Amino acid sequence: MSDNGSYDGDNGSYDKKVRFPFLGLVKGMGVTFKALFTKAPVTMYPQVQEVPVPRARGVISLDVDNCTVCMLCARECPDWCIYIEGHKEEQPPSKPGGRPRARATLDRFDIDYSLCMYCGICVEVCPFDALHWSPEYEYSEEGVSDLLHNKEKLTEWLATVPDPPALES
Amino acid sequence: MEIFDGFWIQLILKLVVALVIILTGALVVIYAELKIGSHMQTRIGPYYAGGKWGWAQPLADGLKFLQKEDLAPDGADRTVYGFAPYVVLMSTLAIFAVIPMGPDLVAADLDVGVYYVLAISSISVLGVLMAGWSSANKYSLIGGLRAAGQLIAYELPLVLAVVAVVIQASTMSLSGIVEAQNQTLFTIGGFDVALPYVLQGQIVSFAIFMIAAVAELSRIPFDMPIAESELTMGYLTEYSGIRFTMFFLGEYASMVGLSAIAATLFLGGYSVPGLTGVSANLGGPIVLLIKVALLVFVIIWIRWTWPRLREDQLQHLAWRWLIPLALANIAVIAIFKVVF
Repeated sequence: MSDNGSYDGDNGSYDKKVRFPFLGLVKGMGVTFKALFTKAPVTMYPQVQEVPVPRARGVISLDVDNCTVCMLCARECPDWCIYIEGHKEEQPPSKPGGRPRARATLDRFDIDYSLCMYCGICVEVCPFDALHWSPEYEYSEEGVSDLLHNKEKLTEWLATVPDPPALES
Repeated sequence: MEIFDGFWIQLILKLVVALVIILTGALVVIYAELKIGSHMQTRIGPYYAGGKWGWAQPLADGLKFLQKEDLAPDGADRTVYGFAPYVVLMSTLAIFAVIPMGPDLVAADLDVGVYYVLAISSISVLGVLMAGWSSANKYSLIGGLRAAGQLIAYELPLVLAVVAVVIQASTMSLSGIVEAQNQTLFTIGGFDVALPYVLQGQIVSFAIFMIAAVAELSRIPFDMPIAESELTMGYLTEYSGIRFTMFFLGEYASMVGLSAIAATLFLGGYSVPGLTGVSANLGGPIVLLIKVALLVFVIIWIRWTWPRLREDQLQHLAWRWLIPLALANIAVIAIFKVVF
């Protein structure tokens, strides 16, 4: 007890000299007593919606038009929760007499949110800005398998993505 | 009414009324603990049960416990295992028999009320040891032994603190101690002033009694017997269902019981200046209830503020500080008693 000295939280120093025995205990009682009559900073969630900060990592949305099926996100994902399938399509030549081009087309883009750990590496790594963070958080499901969001579902989230911050002039 | 004249009918009625009052008190204290604790941690606590402020939360918890399966480990000594919670609860309920709630409102006005209270409240550790031993679980056994060691250590300062009061009051009857605190000490401007013992120089005994009482209850900061971080739940580890409920209710009922004893010994019990005769009998329980509520609040407050003492610190506090202090206190009180 008193052998150990007292920890002075305000100065962040540990001094061996005990100025007054049990002062810390009394102070603690004061802290909890004050807290008892302070309004708890609690958002009553189901009735009151919490407003997340704009850049909150709620859910990842997909802009299909930007995706080139490069698979970078799927490969960088630490827990492999992104599933991508695609195929190549022959595009007609843009000018008459030109060579037909192959274009990668997205067939499947699923994110399994039961595995996702919200690290955001896929968003960081995407070279064409196809993935964006959305602050939405209300997508809990009764079954684990329902947490697999497919291409269409991920595209729906796109509408909730906030505008990027303004450029510095 | 002829039907109420029979001895057994009266006995059963008294038992039912006492049980309902005590267990309701325990539920109220549980609710108070939930609410006060959560607000002290800037939470809200139970909110939905019962519609407003979650008042029905302890009832709902109790119902949930009752529905649970009454499990016993394979190697358990089932007879002892089954009886342990009842021993604890019984020793707690028996405390209330001698607590005076008014000049005439006392179930059993024993001449050795103090002695009875101290003896009967120590029986609960027997139940705890029974639970710890019979559970066939290491955590339970260590918890039970810790509880026994703690009780032996803290029973001494508890008794010694009470001895100081007994010396000052010259009686061991709880009603007698309350009456002694109700005596006029001096008169100021026509007002007869009677002071409770805590204001008559028993402040040290009161502090020792409260510390030892919290230790007897195995509550934070003295909850080594059920320290979750190392013993899961101590002697309660294997209990579930109704037997766990018994332990739980017993803990909170004994909190009320020990607070009532502390209020009786040190805070003047049911008496308050200006309350005499019939009104003392009517208002006495309410006065006592207010004093008990105050002490219970302090115990809850301590629990949600202070960290747990280590086992060696806990024993040091009792043997090296509280017991010598209590002995010195007795000597001082006795000298004052002889001199004045």
